[in-house]
Amino acid sequence: MYASQTTYHRAGSVSEAVRLLSENEGAKILAGGHSLIPLMKLRLSSPEALVDIGRIESLKGITGKDGAVCIGALATHAEIASSDVVSERVPLLAEAAGKVGDPAVRNRGTIGGNVSHADPSSDLPTVLTALDASYCVTGPGGERTIAAADFATGLLETALGENEVLTCVCVPSEPSGSGSAYVKFSHPASRYAVLGAAAVLTADGGRCSSASVAIGGVEPMAARSASAEAALAGSDLSDGALDAAAAAVCGDFGDNVLEDIFASSEYRKAMGPVYVRRALCEARARMG
Amino acid sequence: MTMRVFGSGIRRREDPRLITGRASYTDDIKLQGMAHAAILRSPYAHARIRSVDTSGVEGQPGVLAVFTGEDTDGVLNGIPCAWLIPESDLKTPDHPAIAKDRVRYVGDAVAVVVAESRYEAEDALERIEVDYEPLEVVVSPREAAQDGAPQIHDDVPNNVAFTWALAGGDTDEAFSNADVTVGDTIMLQRLIANAMEPRSAIAQWVGPTGDLTLWSTSQNPHIARFLTSVVTGVPEHKVRVIAPEVGGGFGSKIPYYPDEAVTAFCSMKLGIPVKWTETRSEDYQITTQGRDHVEEVEMAATSDGKITGLRTTVYAGLGAYLSTASPGIPTILHGLMYSGPYDIPNISGTIYGVFNNGAPVDAYRGAGRPEATMLIERLVDLLAAKLDVDPVEVRRKNFIPAFEDGHDVATGITYDSGDYNATLDICLDAADYASLRARQADARKEGRHVGIGVGTYVEICGLGPSQVAGAVGFQGGLWESAIVRFHPTGKVNVMVGSSPHGQGEETTFAQIVAGEVGVDVDDVEVIHGDTDITPMGWGTYGSRTTAVSGAAVAVATRKIKEKSKALAAHLLEAAAEDIEYEGGRFFVRGSPDQHKTIQDIALMANVAWDMPEGMEPGLEASAFYDPPNFTYPFGAHLAVVEVDAQTGHVELQQYYAVDDCGVQINPMIVEGQVHGGVVQGAGPALWEGAVYDDDGQLLTGSMLDYALPRADLLPEIEVLSNTTPSPHHPLGVKGIGEAGTIASTAAVYNAVMDALRPLGVSGVDMPLTPEKVWRAINQSQNGG
Repeated sequence: MYASQTTYHRAGSVSEAVRLLSENEGAKILAGGHSLIPLMKLRLSSPEALVDIGRIESLKGITGKDGAVCIGALATHAEIASSDVVSERVPLLAEAAGKVGDPAVRNRGTIGGNVSHADPSSDLPTVLTALDASYCVTGPGGERTIAAADFATGLLETALGENEVLTCVCVPSEPSGSGSAYVKFSHPASRYAVLGAAAVLTADGGRCSSASVAIGGVEPMAARSASAEAALAGSDLSDGALDAAAAAVCGDFGDNVLEDIFASSEYRKAMGPVYVRRALCEARARMG
Repeated sequence: MTMRVFGSGIRRREDPRLITGRASYTDDIKLQGMAHAAILRSPYAHARIRSVDTSGVEGQPGVLAVFTGEDTDGVLNGIPCAWLIPESDLKTPDHPAIAKDRVRYVGDAVAVVVAESRYEAEDALERIEVDYEPLEVVVSPREAAQDGAPQIHDDVPNNVAFTWALAGGDTDEAFSNADVTVGDTIMLQRLIANAMEPRSAIAQWVGPTGDLTLWSTSQNPHIARFLTSVVTGVPEHKVRVIAPEVGGGFGSKIPYYPDEAVTAFCSMKLGIPVKWTETRSEDYQITTQGRDHVEEVEMAATSDGKITGLRTTVYAGLGAYLSTASPGIPTILHGLMYSGPYDIPNISGTIYGVFNNGAPVDAYRGAGRPEATMLIERLVDLLAAKLDVDPVEVRRKNFIPAFEDGHDVATGITYDSGDYNATLDICLDAADYASLRARQADARKEGRHVGIGVGTYVEICGLGPSQVAGAVGFQGGLWESAIVRFHPTGKVNVMVGSSPHGQGEETTFAQIVAGEVGVDVDDVEVIHGDTDITPMGWGTYGSRTTAVSGAAVAVATRKIKEKSKALAAHLLEAAAEDIEYEGGRFFVRGSPDQHKTIQDIALMANVAWDMPEGMEPGLEASAFYDPPNFTYPFGAHLAVVEVDAQTGHVELQQYYAVDDCGVQINPMIVEGQVHGGVVQGAGPALWEGAVYDDDGQLLTGSMLDYALPRADLLPEIEVLSNTTPSPHHPLGVKGIGEAGTIASTAAVYNAVMDALRPLGVSGVDMPLTPEKVWRAINQSQNGG
């Protein structure tokens, strides 16, 4: 594994990172290195310059804000999985972060790098989409916020501008009394999600007052299932209601269902309802 | 007194350096002035080379030289095959170290760049322009053997390198008289060995002396020396091969590869040391793979379940070229094992060794025997299902009864000793088979799909009598030698020609010496892996090291003991026949207080102040051990699985391994070998497999796609054993390195089929991935 020659820059601050990106055409941001470095070793990616943001203090840390949790882009999967504030306010994210890769990946890989890579089989984009998270980015033109659902624009493509840096992920707290679950079909080799189903259920007076269902691994981007959510809304969350909602997810899959040597598109589509059903059951069991 | 260590599970003496990162592997070695080679590899599985233009490399930073097939042609001899099986019409097409006019698999070498750093060499590779004319590709060994298939070697019609037939009894009559027959087509997919340490070589040519030293990740440095001499033309006594620490092999480090020859060529051309280390991606593409069988198999039996015949047609993929031992794997180590633990009077097989456009195939843990065990155990389970009897009962009905000294089977070989019912009994007791079946019945009532699978086996190891090696076309001997040398202080060096690389013989061989003459294990150092220091040996593979090389250590140590007795008699002024030995002390019978310790003897022998008339000084002995027969370990394994019928996921829930490897020198090491072996056999049943597409591109080119078994996917493995000593071995030892792998693929596969039988599924190709299982269930439920 021998990467091509590249130039290495270490940024001391977000503004310096933005400047370095602007000055070095074709530069790539390096954080935990768990998506970029493997591509570079295979020479599938040969950036002329790397801008290392890994030591920028302001990008680290997890803090509870009013009704939300703000997670610095450099927070690792392991930090998120073991964070008390994440577990209390957005247990769905803690659960998914604990299922990313293996311990080595979780100790190095960051939430910012993960979502910026926009791998459709990644775990975090699925739950962040289900949780209506938003991403704060900083670029030459200042700061802006992008909704999780709008962030990925295609396979490995994002709405992030060329010289922008993702700084923080803000996740609204799960409603009190809600239940959530992330159920994952791990690829036996890569540990990416062949399919990941996330569900958040809230009830009021025995009826579902809000439901969020997102699926990753099936299409080029993690996406909410509007049909499943519609089927759940106002339902009694009985087995039959969950069955109907799970069955509805198929209608939301477009023509672009992913396929590889391990799992065909037909199989992935067929597993959608199965995993959504399991996520809904688990979320229902956790309500309270 | 000295602790009795032979037979005790003492900790491996290798481990402290291995697990603290203090071991030195080939790639860790840095020589003064050493350059680095990178090899350009064909991106096509089959193509004609129109031209190779290296002009873009000249003058690039750090580049010292670039060579192509034009440069090596006529300088390096072809890469040889060393197992020329007789009566098979074997073809041995040329295998150039660097392809000159044609490439035959993705990864075939096309050019080599030597530079001051590996990075510079890799950068330079990108500047070589090769004009390829793609040719048609064939991947399946069965398709490759059909008329009209793309021709991979011009002088090998239909790509059939050999046709090897086996016949014992009258199989045709057995099938025409059979009450029942069962059959199947079994695909044993290609497997990638995935040794933790990738292959590596450093060549150091010293022009003025004509000495070539090769550091190499080899399981058999003496064979590597011989073949280096053959390929480079450097005389054998001027070649030194050193296999330093070697990080696993599983068979993939037996062969002599083009890469070692190319590295030597570069060093000889440039007069400086040159290192080449494969990347993991290269390892996947070029290092020999295992299995690749398509087996058309059938079994004949009476209506009460007595097996009367077994018949096979096997297409064994060889890859693009013959590797060092490849013809022997699907024949001698496979076909001859078709009787398994059963009394089967009529057995026949036709095995086609077929070239296909993939990496060369050679020995991989179990080498031929997992492929045999899989087909036998699969057919036995199909027979049980057809007769609607418990698969355990069919096995019991057909087991060869216990024997202590020799049993002939229809394939023409003679098993040494066996007690197949005993290992099965221990296994079924440990697993509580009756309860398992009851639990399965309860689960089925709840709509859950639990399966129980049994895999019983006999394997062949301790390779082997050299006369037989010659008779079956192995181009070498299969004996081993050892030197046991006592120093004046009573400390011992043991030099062996075998080359352990993770199996633990630095510990077990010391235990053998300790057990024979009562020295402390810590006083024995086992030295291996350097052809200038160690005596000749044929290497570590085929579960033969403890069985053959260990026997040489025992025999040599017994010579030490005899000499020690004679010297003790002289020193104690007694007759040699009156000297007794116990626990490291030699004494006159009846007077144990008057004794000489082995350390006393070692000192006297080394200083030689008072030796008996005619006795040479020194306390050193060597032994050349050529085994009188192979050894035949055996056992019974049982797996419990549950299948999620909604998704096709298989969960391996319980596993029991009962192996009889004869006398155990170190039960902890035996257990470790069984653990690793079981996992390595369960892998291909459930997860592992190399996949090439129709163009011969390796789709499972990295660990992202190639699913190795992982600890969290495996249950606790219950390891039990029984001891039936080998009657012909000095220590009663048989061998354990491959047993787990040989049994577990069949046990796990049979368990999954047992789970799926009520759903109407009778067969699925391995690996049993969720989608394949899900599709099989769906097809069956939808009326097939």
